[in-house]
Parts: sequence; structure tokens; C-alpha cells
Amino acid sequence: MANRNRDALVVSLVAVLLGFLTGSVIILLTGKNPIAMFSAMIQGASGVIIKTGKFNPRYIGEFVIQALPIILTGLSVGFAFRTGLFNIGAEGQFVVGSLAAAIVALGVKAPPGIHVVLVLLGAMVAGGFWGAIPGYLKAKFNVHEVVVTIMLNYVAFFVNNWAILDVFHSADRVKTAEFPVTALLKDPMLSQLTRGSRLNWGFVPVIIALIVYWFVIEKTTFGYSLRAVGFNKDAARYAGMKVNRNVVLSMTMAGAFAGLAGAIITVGTFNFGRALPMAEGYGFDGIAVALVGGNVAPGIFLSGLLFGMLKAAQPLMQSQGIPKEIAGIIQASIVMFVAMKHGITYILERMRTRKEPPKEAEA
Amino acid sequence: MKKRIVFALVALTAIVAVFAAPAFRVGLVTDVGGIDDKSFNQGTWEGIKRFATENKLVVGTDVKYLQSTAEADYVPNLSTFADEGLDLIVAPGFLFEKAMGEVADQYPTQKLLIIDSVVNKPNVASAVFAEHEGSFLVGVAAGMQAKKAKKNMVGFVGGMQFPLIEKFQAGFEQGVKAVDPKITVLVDYAGDFGNPGKGQALAVKQFNAGAYIIFHAAGGTGNGVIKEAKERSQKGDIRWAIGVDKDQYADGVYGTKSAVLTSMMKRVDVAAHDVAVLTMAGKFPGGQVLVFNVKNKGVSIPATNPNLSKDIIAKIADYEKQIASGKLVVSEIPAKK
Repeated sequence: MANRNRDALVVSLVAVLLGFLTGSVIILLTGKNPIAMFSAMIQGASGVIIKTGKFNPRYIGEFVIQALPIILTGLSVGFAFRTGLFNIGAEGQFVVGSLAAAIVALGVKAPPGIHVVLVLLGAMVAGGFWGAIPGYLKAKFNVHEVVVTIMLNYVAFFVNNWAILDVFHSADRVKTAEFPVTALLKDPMLSQLTRGSRLNWGFVPVIIALIVYWFVIEKTTFGYSLRAVGFNKDAARYAGMKVNRNVVLSMTMAGAFAGLAGAIITVGTFNFGRALPMAEGYGFDGIAVALVGGNVAPGIFLSGLLFGMLKAAQPLMQSQGIPKEIAGIIQASIVMFVAMKHGITYILERMRTRKEPPKEAEA
Repeated sequence: MKKRIVFALVALTAIVAVFAAPAFRVGLVTDVGGIDDKSFNQGTWEGIKRFATENKLVVGTDVKYLQSTAEADYVPNLSTFADEGLDLIVAPGFLFEKAMGEVADQYPTQKLLIIDSVVNKPNVASAVFAEHEGSFLVGVAAGMQAKKAKKNMVGFVGGMQFPLIEKFQAGFEQGVKAVDPKITVLVDYAGDFGNPGKGQALAVKQFNAGAYIIFHAAGGTGNGVIKEAKERSQKGDIRWAIGVDKDQYADGVYGTKSAVLTSMMKRVDVAAHDVAVLTMAGKFPGGQVLVFNVKNKGVSIPATNPNLSKDIIAKIADYEKQIASGKLVVSEIPAKK
């Protein structure tokens, strides 16, 4: 098992390297300097401006803000994947989570500290419900979850826009009124600490979510039975596990993670509910994060940071004349190389066996 | 000795070249529509590029843009440019309103321009448009063209229903009714600015109901409206679309003709260009609201309209005069049904 985890890590690292290599080659082909990309990434993640040696902590704050939601949607996709389910619906679960967060933030009056927890819980319940629908349909009628989750993404998108535009709108119609401060994860102290970034307490629920994910999947009987369903549904059923119940529960948990991501954006990055002009892709980023993270909590954490860094570096790269699509290409090629993991492990194996024979000869 | 002087001169020129006043720099932050949205992001960028050419600035270093992927990118993108200390940062679209306000507070000496919205800060210039006036003009074109073909129904397809887009609807309806109050105007909202499929579906609905001409104010969604008009006209069932924001004549071309009757041009390029010129001259209109309307040609029909007959163009010019002089006032709010 340890060996398998190590292999997964090596594959991901190789894929990341190859992804950056691909990006660099493309930048070279467009006549720009790939070093600009790397210095943008370093600045985006650390706040250190290479050229001048100056330090601006705002970039660290924005980097964290970029990473938080996609770590959560990564957990969402990863959790379902461990049960053998493809949750393409993290995007929709994210959106209903955002909407629920806005509704609880506006509609509930509660003392500071409690209000924001209610907002987060409300978003998780809504996201969980949105995830439970495809889970139930899969368990009961064997409807493929990919089809249902994709369709529910559209439903969520339009339900959100209808709700914001027609029910909860403020004067300018595309957003709600501003939330009361009790509902917010924002904190002027964190913002000042990072020279005016939007850094907020959203990282606390994300850390808790990572621990919960790890604990449930790796340390509980429930998590074991989830994984068993993922490995082989029929064997799990034969062993007396409640496969159908597990499918529904797994999708519910997955939805709750994505819903939480919606809340963190809504009451952390923003302080109002939003109608969306188009899908924003947090859920789809989650698929990449989960894949590259090998569906384990530490992996998802690291790959979430990696993709967060790519996002945080985008304005800096663009400002150097490197189009934002390059970051997209790097992200896509990393995912592609991870998907080619059999090929990569095969090459790694070949390299190992090629090195090994002389050892045997010595023995 | 001579050598030394030459050397000193060369060194001096080099120093002067390095320390010469840095070029005037303008940055554009797009919304999620992207730089090639055929709408206000692209239009604004064209205005900035024109400003760059006029002042011999280098596109890509002196004037440049950042594209946003999500609404959460607006603040960091604006801040990145502010950190670089650009002379003017431009953001088109009222979706920037909140982000612009935050960044204006964060960087009180940074000069900012928001297009399509008003942000009340001393370091923000706001440019807004009288979309209802321009829409009135294309409403007149639609009404007259429909009458000529003996039709009595036209349509309007909006992106999302909120006050800004309702200004287009209001102006268009008044323009049509000014020609003939008996012409029916169908109204539909797609709920989406980036969905041509939805736009085409709504066009099918309105054309099937008998609409002869559809005016769209729906960004990318409107491309579906133009496509449907084009496809029908190609088959001999002549229908028209009216473009928005830019001259969309080219988007409707089939064979030697185009299904785009005319366009309601919203000159975001003029707004961006003019404010950049003012800023460079040290007259940045901070805290002011600049209105671009029919009077100052901020909204208009294209300079050339191959699909409009002379009498329609003359009639539009007449209405333009009336609106510019204040004799005719177009309402921003659609009449209640």
C-alpha cells in the first residue's frame, strides 16, 4: 500500500514536471520567455517579486483564496471517486451551496460566530442534497451519475440565477444586498496582515474538511466499506455491505464538500450572493485537483495548492504577455499526464529493471 | 581626450534613454467574457489600442490587458495592475462595480475608469451610455423596415433582465411605436449572455410567432439570433437581426448579403480612448460621471448601413437631431404591459 502511494506520488510529480515542460515549450514557441512564467508563479505563491527583491504579502493572501475552493471541490470529486462514482456535478453542488449560503446569510439572524457556522452548514446541506439526487437515482434506478450530475449543473446554474435575479436581488438586480458582518468569514485583521488581500477565515473549514476526509476514508469502517464499493461493487455486496446506501451517502458527502466551497466563496471572497453570467469552473477544477491528488487528502491538498498557484500567477503572467490560456494548458497537460499513469509507471518500471540486473549479478 | 568626450556622450545618451520618463501605461481588465467577446471587452480594447497607436505606445508592454476567468478574479487583476503603478486602469462592465470600489479604496492614488456603471470615488471616472437613445434609433429602423415588408411584428431578445438591458428594450419599443403604434414587439430574456443556442431557440420562437426583425442585446447569446436570421434568409424566408454594441454586419453575411439590418453601436472604444487622452493630458475626470449619448455620438448606428434604404437613414438622422436637441426624450424604463 505504501508502495502504491509512493508510486502515485511519483506519477503525479512526473506529470507536473511534464506539464510545466509542455507549458514552457509552448511559451517558447510563441516567442516569450518561460522564465517570466516561473517568476510569476513564485511571486504568485510567495509574494516575492524576483526582479526587485521586494515582498508583497497580498499575493500570498490571494494565492490562498484561489486554492481554498478548489481543494474543497477536489475533495468532493475525490470522495465520490473512492466509491467508484464520477462526480461531474461539483460545479452544480458548488452553486447551490453558494445560493444556500446567501439565503442563510440574509435570512437568518444569529450572534457572531454562530451565524457564520449556520451559513457553512446550510451550504453543506444544500450541496449534500444536490449530490444525493444523482446518488439516489444511481442506487435506485441505476441511472448513470455522470449524466445526472452534468444535467444538475445546468439546473443549479439556472435555479441560482432565477433566485438571485427574481427573489433575493438588490437594487441592481444581479446580486443580493450585502450580508451582515456576522455571516462573513472576512476579517479586517487578516486582510491588513496581507496588505489588503481578501484572505479570510475560510482556511479553517478547509483544514477541518481535509481532516474529516482523511479520517472518514482511511480510519473508519464506513470509509472502508465506501472504498470496498469503489474497488468492486459486487464483491462488496456479496460481503454484506449496503452498496446502495453507500452510493447515496458518498454522493451526499461529496456534495457537502462542494457546497462548502460555494459558501467560502460567497461569504469569504465576496459578501453578497451573485447571479452568474456563466459557469465559473470551480467544480471542474476540482476534477483536475482530485485526479492529480490521487484522491487522497494530502494529495488533494497539495494539488489544490498547485492549481491555486497557477490561478494566482495568471494576472502576473498575463501582464508579462503570457496569455492566461497557458496556465490552462499546463493544468490540462498535467491532468493528461496523470491520466497516462500506466504509461508513466511502465516507463518507470522499465528504468528500474534496467538498473536492477547488474545488482542481481553482484549478488 | 576626444575619445573621452565621445565616450561620455554615449554614456549620457544611454543614461537618458534609461531614465527617460517612462511611457504612459494603460491596463484593461476584462470581465469573464474575455478580450474577443465581440462586445464591450473587445470594443474597449480597440479604443485603448487606438490610443496606443496615436501616442506611439507599445501594445503588450505600455498598454495591456488581463482577462478574468471568474468574478473572484476582478479584484486581484485590478490590484496586480495597481501594484505595477499603471497610469490608468480600465474595466468595462457594471459587474466590476464592487471590485472597482474596493480597489479604489485600497489604492487611493490609482486612476481608474469604469465603463457602464457609476462608482462614486474621487479616483474613479465613470462612463455610462444612453443605450435607450441608441436603441430608439434601431427601433425606428426596425419599424420602418417591417412596414415596408407589410409586417406588423418585431422582437427583442435580451441577455439577462436587469435595468441596464431593460434600457435597450425600452428604447427599442419606443422607436418601433414611433413609426407605428400598432406594431407588436415581442420580448424575451435568455437569462444568459454566453449561450448562442439559447439565443437561437428564442429567435426560432419569435420568428415562428411572426416577428420579422429581432434586436438582440444579449452579447454572445445574440450570435444565435443572428445565426437564425441568416439561416432563414438563406432559405428565402427573409428575416432580419439587429446587432448590438459593435457593427455586427459581418456576422450576418450570407452570399453577398447580410441578415444584420443595422446595429446599435455603443462606443465603449470612444469612452476608453477619450478618458485615456484626458488622463494623459493631466485632466483625469476622477469622481465624474461621463455620459455618452446620441448627442456626443456615444451611441449611434454604424456609419454605413448597406441594408437600410435612404428614407430610413434620413428618418433616423431626423430623430437623432430631435434627441440631441432634447426635443424628444426617450424613457429608460420599459412601458408596463
